[in-house]
Amino acid sequence: MATTAVRAQQKAFTLGRSQWLGIVFLIAGLLTFLFFGRGLEAGIKTKFGLNPGFASQAIPIPDLVLPTQPTIYAMVLIMLLLGVLQLVRGFRFADALLGVVALCFVFAFLTWAARGKSFNLVGMLGSSLVRATPIALAALCGIMCERSGVVNIAIEGIMLISAQVAVVVATVTKNLYAGLVAAILSGAIISAFHAAMAVSFKVDQIVSATAINIFATGATSFISARFLEKNTNLLNNSGTFRIISIPLLSKIPILGPIFFENGLIVYLMLILTVLVHILLFYTKWGLRVRAVGEHPRAADTLGINVYLVRYVSVILGGMIAGIGGAYFTIGSVGRFDEIMTAGKGFIGLAAMIFGKWAPFGAFASSILFGFADSLQIKLQILRVPIPSEFLLMAPYIVTMIVLTGVVGRAEPPAADGQPYEK
Amino acid sequence: MGEERKGTASTQTVTRGKQPATGAKKERGILIPPAWQTLLLPVLAVFTGLVIGAIVIVITDAAVVATYRNFFRAPGTALAATWHTIATAYGALLYGSLGNPREVYEGMRLYLSTGDNTLFLRAIWPITESLVAATPYIFGGLAVALGFRCGLFNIGAEGQLGIGALAAAWVGYSITNLPALIHLPLALLAGALGGAIWAAIPGYLKAKTGAHEVVNTIMMNWISFRLSDWLLNGPMKAPGYRPITPNIEPTAALPRFFPPPIRFHAGFFLALIVAGIVYWFLFKTTLGFEIRTVGANPDAARYAGMSITRSIMLAMVLSGALAGLAGTSQVLGVDHWVGQGFTAGYGFDSIALALLGKSHPFGVVLASLLFGTLRSGATRMQSLAGIPIDIISIIQGLVIVFIAAPAIIRWLYRIRVERAEEVVLTRGWGK
Amino acid sequence: MPLVLELRGITKAFPGVLANDHIDLTLEEGEIHALLGENGAGKSTLMNILYGLYQPDEGQIFLRPRNRSAIPASAASRDGLVEVKIHSPNDAIAQGIGMVHQHFMLVPPLTVAENVMLGLESTRGGIFLDQRAAAQRIREISQQYGLEVDPDAYVRDLPVGVQQRVEIIKLLYREADILILDEPTAVLTPQEVDRLFSTIKNLVKQGKSIIFITHKLREVMEIADRITVLRNGRVVGTTTPAQTTPAELAAMMVGRQVDLVVHKESLTPGEVVLEVKDLQVLDDRQHLAVNGVSFEVREREILGIAGVQGNGQTELVEALTGLRPVIAGEIRILGTPVTNANPRQILEKGVAHVPEDRQRDGLVLSRPVHDNLVLCTYYLPPFAKGINIQEDTIIATASRLVEEFDVRTPSVFVPASTLSGGNQQKVIVAREFSRPVKLIIAAQPTRGLDVGSIEYIHQRILQKRSEGTAVLLVSPELDEIIALSDRIAVMYRGRIMDIVPAKGVNREYLGLLMAGVEASEAAKVAPPTIGVEEVERVF
Repeated sequence: MATTAVRAQQKAFTLGRSQWLGIVFLIAGLLTFLFFGRGLEAGIKTKFGLNPGFASQAIPIPDLVLPTQPTIYAMVLIMLLLGVLQLVRGFRFADALLGVVALCFVFAFLTWAARGKSFNLVGMLGSSLVRATPIALAALCGIMCERSGVVNIAIEGIMLISAQVAVVVATVTKNLYAGLVAAILSGAIISAFHAAMAVSFKVDQIVSATAINIFATGATSFISARFLEKNTNLLNNSGTFRIISIPLLSKIPILGPIFFENGLIVYLMLILTVLVHILLFYTKWGLRVRAVGEHPRAADTLGINVYLVRYVSVILGGMIAGIGGAYFTIGSVGRFDEIMTAGKGFIGLAAMIFGKWAPFGAFASSILFGFADSLQIKLQILRVPIPSEFLLMAPYIVTMIVLTGVVGRAEPPAADGQPYEK
Repeated sequence: MGEERKGTASTQTVTRGKQPATGAKKERGILIPPAWQTLLLPVLAVFTGLVIGAIVIVITDAAVVATYRNFFRAPGTALAATWHTIATAYGALLYGSLGNPREVYEGMRLYLSTGDNTLFLRAIWPITESLVAATPYIFGGLAVALGFRCGLFNIGAEGQLGIGALAAAWVGYSITNLPALIHLPLALLAGALGGAIWAAIPGYLKAKTGAHEVVNTIMMNWISFRLSDWLLNGPMKAPGYRPITPNIEPTAALPRFFPPPIRFHAGFFLALIVAGIVYWFLFKTTLGFEIRTVGANPDAARYAGMSITRSIMLAMVLSGALAGLAGTSQVLGVDHWVGQGFTAGYGFDSIALALLGKSHPFGVVLASLLFGTLRSGATRMQSLAGIPIDIISIIQGLVIVFIAAPAIIRWLYRIRVERAEEVVLTRGWGK
Repeated sequence: MPLVLELRGITKAFPGVLANDHIDLTLEEGEIHALLGENGAGKSTLMNILYGLYQPDEGQIFLRPRNRSAIPASAASRDGLVEVKIHSPNDAIAQGIGMVHQHFMLVPPLTVAENVMLGLESTRGGIFLDQRAAAQRIREISQQYGLEVDPDAYVRDLPVGVQQRVEIIKLLYREADILILDEPTAVLTPQEVDRLFSTIKNLVKQGKSIIFITHKLREVMEIADRITVLRNGRVVGTTTPAQTTPAELAAMMVGRQVDLVVHKESLTPGEVVLEVKDLQVLDDRQHLAVNGVSFEVREREILGIAGVQGNGQTELVEALTGLRPVIAGEIRILGTPVTNANPRQILEKGVAHVPEDRQRDGLVLSRPVHDNLVLCTYYLPPFAKGINIQEDTIIATASRLVEEFDVRTPSVFVPASTLSGGNQQKVIVAREFSRPVKLIIAAQPTRGLDVGSIEYIHQRILQKRSEGTAVLLVSPELDEIIALSDRIAVMYRGRIMDIVPAKGVNREYLGLLMAGVEASEAAKVAPPTIGVEEVERVF
């Protein structure tokens, strides 16, 4: 009895999706063949740089030189093979396979785009991590909030304001750390406001967050127009955190320059990812946060202060978003421009969803977005015949695809977005 | 029956039981009937927003802040400087948005006696500008309000508006030698269609996969910005240096009623008519019934045999079409071309308008008139008093907060409520 | 026996209702004190006050102090009790009071150990969770009280009976002496109820005191030492099982003589209206929830589907009404296949659906009563001409229905949310039964209602049966199923274990089926039917 039940269930559940994925794999393979594989000059080669472009501590290693066409054909073969296997057999790890196929596709594309030229792979992966930083921090903020049951789409606004606060404080005090602390504090204050609206006043959380986003756009633009533009050097010119090379670790080829030669905020992001994971899944506080996000009444009946847990989680999240905001100014360009966050807060939310509300998942998907972001710049440099505006759309389109849940759908915390009434 | 007995028992006891429970706490404050509160709360929200705006203006004015250093020696100076700053700013706002009634009267008299209309036109210019500013607001506010009614939060009005404007402009300049009677409706239609298509994508994703429309419409905004950058620098670029489209043909322009510089155009009346149509659609048709039911309780809608997919798609497409018309009215009525950054702020303004208007078409019209007035006055305030126009965004953010959390306003003004009214506007992820 | 708890003059008002009106109650050590009352009588409010979830407007709570020497000489003590203020569940827990709520307070994605220790975590260094220590303690408790459970299992994977055990362990983990059980039998099979009762007796033997909240007369007579009856927020009286009878208790509960027996016309079933064959349906988590179900319902017949909640009944009803896709099998209504038809097509076939969750599915609470009364027919003439809604017709029809179905509402213009639960259900019944229907699918139609509304809805269902309508009644209340049905199907893990005639059915046999015993096995233990027995109505 039980076995037939299980079989029937698997049949109904995986058949459609599995076949569908197989077809996608095949199409990806065919497209790669049609657009990248054909019509290449014989013997042309692609060089992938494995040493970072900047003066790095890493031990130099030889670059990777691949014959363009055979490499692409190899990728095409892998994709087609996986597609056929997926169609016929239907794997249980379809998501992982999708990742492999996507990787093959991107690699084939890069091999094609950089044919006859040199392409710095390590530099690009390094910049993916850097560009993923604000997204990952936004995602961590989202995780903190939503695990406790508060939807926070105000991350964009929080980051925008803390970006401005960071640069102004850093410029005025001539101290980047002061700027960072100020950014964290401003993140805490704004998210405390969101928490008050969501938890105490029980306002529609999306409306409250939208108000914060509008307010943030208005307030930062107002201050820019009223003060910063006239006094750029006095108020809006802070410089940025310098690159810190971790001794020894930075010497490792490939990994060293990607992970261990970065600015402070990138390290903070990496540390916070681990910390938030430990906090949520291995501590007393984390257990309470998860319980409150799933079933606040159950937590309440056990004497847990639901409101307190939510306030603290949202404020902690806001502080993380504050660091993310600081990245935009004192972590990367050293000055504030209007609406400079450019939707990164929202992309962070997509990373959170894609990462199934877990820190490591969110980190991995942030890297994906960072990759899409840095890819478009590299492609512009390689003079790929696609208008730069379209390449710039890539992260936004990836976000939308992620949200459709075609890949790895997960359930949000059960009480996410619902105000708790005693 | 038991029911009845229970009823009488509880009514008797309510008075007895309630006093010790709530009497002590809630006696203070003014009790205002719920019907009046629906009107009063938005008014107080806007008022409070303006007050806080004034505070922002003052504390960001270095000269005024300086007078406070000597507050204890010369409090008069500080207060006078404060008052002066606020009066200048809001005076400019008021004059810039409504004009001066006496000038209007004088101008009218001169026109009637001599036939010279220059003074009259100059006098009515501010108020016509307010109506011009209100026109896209009405469309935009209706767009977001229609979404709210279906439980959808269309933050993407900005992108839809931009795409609509580009589509309208394209029809406006690329087709020539067409009579206005055909060309104008065609351009309007193109604008509506552009917005509708742009909204249909997140609408479809929401209906079919449950992908949250808030994030998706924002993503569509950014994609539309990039797309319009490309169009304005490439395929749709007018000859010359600037990244703008060519001027539309006069046959595609919305007619104006006064000689330049007055830009008041037929779009305003179109907006009023559309508001009426949206009202009819939402409250008097079966489709509107479905949309409102899906918005209020999708589970019950599904149970009752309504198609949620269809309602969401319909609401999103119509919402996008309205947003597209907002951009279209601006292009065909005012600018006659589209340039970069054309849409800035409209999307967020539309949200504020829909909330302020309680997602009711007529409420949206009133809110739009108010915000149109603020916006056109703010331009004047920027030039006369040097207050950045972004102050309006700050005020709008505050207004949304106050509308969304009426508890704050009630607490500020000590208003008591009989019964808390609650409107669920949006839902979380998933579903 | 010494007292452990005394409530004096507890009063609590909510807007519009006085939920508790000067309630007095005492609890002795080692006593099972049943709190009996119909839905809305104020039982849960009183217990939530005792548990610190609500604050009373008036009244005092006296408790036996956990630490005897802590009694201050001057304290307002009586019989060794001292007055306490319970401001939060934390206070209640500290005073040794624990509560198993009617709707379990368990977090499904967490493990048993995590659920049990939540709020009182075993930690290393005060920060990091110590799952092993918690699991150890849970095992000890399991053994001491005979409550088997795996501490490392995820709660979402556990059957309800085991979840209830976890809830009880939660209280014992906190060393509670006073255990409040709120409607603990609502979700259990008869055999599970027996097992729960033996657990309760075991707990009492070990010195615990129990407050047992229920509305079921039979259970009260079986297990209680003392019975306190509440009605409309007041204590009607306190008695013992030996001194009273079910009929007397029912009269105390309802405030008038109630007919405990449902009078049912005997009718001959007609044509087959609903025919279900080998139906398979998935639940939200993509597990097979309905697994090869077949049955038919005829005109003038009520088929009752019994079974513990969560055994696929919800999914079955959703599949029959087009709300959930069917993956295999066939559904026919009056001979026409309607498998995977959409809800509207099925409604138009003449199917009325009284949904399980009336506030979620059955009503749009924020909308006026008149819109709710045409929720399924708004698009048809005379309520709509083309796409134009005919408001006047809707209002006129709604006013008529409100009259006809005795819906107590100030007007048809008020939002449905302002109506009481019973009247909300009457709105749904009015809407569904006033259409020309061939088949009624009623899922838990009387859940949470007061006796008057229950009687009314039962009577309406029977009236429809007399008119020739086929009825599919789904309810976890076995009494309701036995009282109303002509035939009874028992559902367990997505399968129908057996279908038996209702007349003279053996409750024990049904209970075995509900617990998953195969029909052939169950029949060896208990015969499917015994002599004709009058069945009590449930409240």
